[in-house]
Amino acid sequence: MSSVDHYTGPANLPEGHGPQELPERFENPGLPEHKPRMGDVDPKVDKRRERIVLALFGFSTLGTIGFLVAYFALPTGKDVETIHRSNLWLGLGLAASLLGIGLAAIQWAKSIMNNEEKVEERHPMASRPEVREGAIKNLTDGAKDSGISRRGLLKSAVVGSILLFPLTIAVPLIGEIGGDWNVSKLKHTMWKKGLRLTQDPSGRPIKASDVTIGSVWHVIPDGLDKTAQPLNEKAKAVVLVVRLDPRDIKSEQIPGASYEGILAFSKICTHVGCPVALYEQQTHHLLCPCHQSTFDVTNGAKVVFGPAKRPLPQLPITVDDQGYLVAQSDFDQPVGPSFWERLR
Amino acid sequence: MSTPNTSAAGKAAGATADWLDQRTGVGVAVKGLARKLFPEHWSFMLGEIALYSFITLLITGVFLTMFFVPSSTDVTYTGPWAALQGTTMSAAFASTLRLSFEVRGGLLMRQVHHWAALIFLAAIVTHMLRVFFTGAFRKPREINWIIGFVLLTLGLAAGFSGYSLPDDVLSGNGLRITDGLIRGLPIIGTYVSYFVFGGEFPGQDLIPRLFTVHVLLVPGLILALVGLHLAFVFMHKHTQFPGSGRTNNNVVGYPFFPVYTAKAGGFFFIVFGVIALLGATMQINPVWNYGPYDPSPVSAGAQPDWYMLFLEGSLRLMPGAAEVVIGNFTIPLNVLIPGLVAPLVLLGPLAVYPFIEAYATGDHREHHLLDRPRNAPFRTAFGLSILAAFFVLLLAGSNDLLATHFHLSLNDITWTMRFAFFILPAIVFTVTRRVCLALQRKDRELVLHGHESGRIVRFASGEYIEVHTPLDEHERWIRVQHEPIRPVQIAPAEDARGVRRKRYGADARRRRVSRLFFETRVEPVTPAEYAAAQEHGALEGGDGEHRQVTASGEPESISRS
Repeated sequence: MSSVDHYTGPANLPEGHGPQELPERFENPGLPEHKPRMGDVDPKVDKRRERIVLALFGFSTLGTIGFLVAYFALPTGKDVETIHRSNLWLGLGLAASLLGIGLAAIQWAKSIMNNEEKVEERHPMASRPEVREGAIKNLTDGAKDSGISRRGLLKSAVVGSILLFPLTIAVPLIGEIGGDWNVSKLKHTMWKKGLRLTQDPSGRPIKASDVTIGSVWHVIPDGLDKTAQPLNEKAKAVVLVVRLDPRDIKSEQIPGASYEGILAFSKICTHVGCPVALYEQQTHHLLCPCHQSTFDVTNGAKVVFGPAKRPLPQLPITVDDQGYLVAQSDFDQPVGPSFWERLR
Repeated sequence: MSTPNTSAAGKAAGATADWLDQRTGVGVAVKGLARKLFPEHWSFMLGEIALYSFITLLITGVFLTMFFVPSSTDVTYTGPWAALQGTTMSAAFASTLRLSFEVRGGLLMRQVHHWAALIFLAAIVTHMLRVFFTGAFRKPREINWIIGFVLLTLGLAAGFSGYSLPDDVLSGNGLRITDGLIRGLPIIGTYVSYFVFGGEFPGQDLIPRLFTVHVLLVPGLILALVGLHLAFVFMHKHTQFPGSGRTNNNVVGYPFFPVYTAKAGGFFFIVFGVIALLGATMQINPVWNYGPYDPSPVSAGAQPDWYMLFLEGSLRLMPGAAEVVIGNFTIPLNVLIPGLVAPLVLLGPLAVYPFIEAYATGDHREHHLLDRPRNAPFRTAFGLSILAAFFVLLLAGSNDLLATHFHLSLNDITWTMRFAFFILPAIVFTVTRRVCLALQRKDRELVLHGHESGRIVRFASGEYIEVHTPLDEHERWIRVQHEPIRPVQIAPAEDARGVRRKRYGADARRRRVSRLFFETRVEPVTPAEYAAAQEHGALEGGDGEHRQVTASGEPESISRS
């Protein structure tokens, strides 16, 4: 028995006082009197309401016919206009067909069907005590018949085998579902010494002399489309190249990683991995359009605002003997969002 | 009808019913359910909208599966959309283009499906708000509240998995963000990411896997739980708003057959019809403008579907400094807190709210009469304060659009939101609670003193008063019907012989919670107070002579305004 005094309703309220003993609570005045609708008393109104319902069903049928006409008469085509025209008329036909039925049914229910509210009693959810007793007796009888209470080992055997059998499905599923489970792939990209930087998506190599001050280049590694999984490689290896006036560079992430003011940074945001695709020429800031992390290119791509913590990793670059931009090596750290073992 | 139906159709129907009943005993169910009463209120239709938009999703979804190819295999596009001809794309994206441009009615089905999904989730949310603010979750409906919560999360899963299927640039970036979030999980993050994507992001496995999740797993679960949810509604009988003749022990309403068969059945067609109208006239998700997924491009001002916006906003608000490295291990709390912790902290208390409130009231009775939100000030204030937090996150998820549309600094908006996320809910809580209490006082005022009639009367003594018209019994009942809920009373710490009681600590804790909920309250007018006010009014207005001043058909009381 609980010592908390459960609130059980009006009985607990302080006693009323006053000359004549008033009740604690007001009495429920009962259902207000039912007022008939116009249609209930005037047959002419009733008839008119029936006609409205009929008209609405008719409207629905017209909608269906309209839909079919639009389907056969309006072709889908090469341009957006034809598509939109077909879509519009099919949709209007469908909507009319549906709304006609819906409005008719509701109009019928509201204006013609008997609208006198009825009252129904509720009963407590719990089953009656004798039913409950019967249920408990059935369960105890059943348990006794099974003999489980006297055979402890059997109990463990049932539970044990049932708990173990899902392994037959779970083990191969988990074994296979993650591919090769080689998560260390996340730490490397296809960049390597001497690999050319090429334009995204054309794949044309980039001459250092073409990269003017203030310009920004979207870059992929040379030979990306010849890899086994180009999208997977691209998702890690995309790079942004910008050229600054060397006097604007306040600090560098890796000394000697840039070439005459040309800097290359991973385009994958260190927050949750969106492409950091917006470059503000005036401020030399890189902005991620997804969550607005902002990186300062003049200062080693450090975060100046937003939810990212780490700078965008810098790709060390130089030029080859033909003057094309090439990587000096892979990134010196994993690109993209943080994960538990990224520094391991 | 007392006369047996003798028409041919009537006979056939009778024969069919007999055939069925002899094999299924369905008569019992028909007898029990056909005339079951359901109370009427516009807010009870919100759940119906959710159900009917779900059916709309099933119908249009089946259509879409006939043409959609759930595969990441590369194909070269050769269809009619000139802008992408010759582009390499996944078969999934190519088939979405085919659905939009070449299948007649395909674009309509796509757009209706997408609009229905947005409305499905909006209807679930507003339905839950109705249930929450009216206290419909109280005993015996706690289980159904939990089922509803599971349905909400399944709805989000259905929406998100479907949104990602076309494999366009926009949804691909959504998946990329999801991957970034998953990867951040301590210890298991990278493995969970491989588990989802079948290896490195984006891989080739995700689209077919998402497809199975989207068309089989999630809708199957939703269907099963919706069935259970509705079974409970039938079993519990629907709650009703308080009013004359409505009690905790009855249901006042219209029978399922024919009134709700027509109204609810008709309403399905209206919901479907309105969504069809949206699909016909309002373009949604024109993936042909975005292009196939590629990890490199992204467009500014991109927003997820509305139901994911709070997560987006939450991610945008969190300062990056939260990322920590312990030893050699990285824990990106700048992602985990907004992406996982915040939603759990905001939604968790709502999920278990029926149990929290039952703890505070100590009330174990069944409740079938709904509360007017003002009569549950703590609950209303609590619910609105959580909504306020979500509202801030929604705005934060659109901070770039706010910045461009209102020419504000993005950084200023973000900083404002960071503070607003904590301050606004507190303000909303306090203000809402006070507004509820004020509305309750206004109800008391009305009951005790009646409506202002605008009629000024001058007494012989020169005094002016305004005549007040008393409420009729139905108007009065709605304002006095609720029970006052008071903090729980507990037994003293020591019994009569000075022995310390064992459970006193737990009881005292409960009393503290209960006081937090109910200490500040306004109780409904009692008949005694009413009688006193009448007497008071009569006395203040003078004696019998003054009462007669107002006698104009119906009795009126006089009190000072």
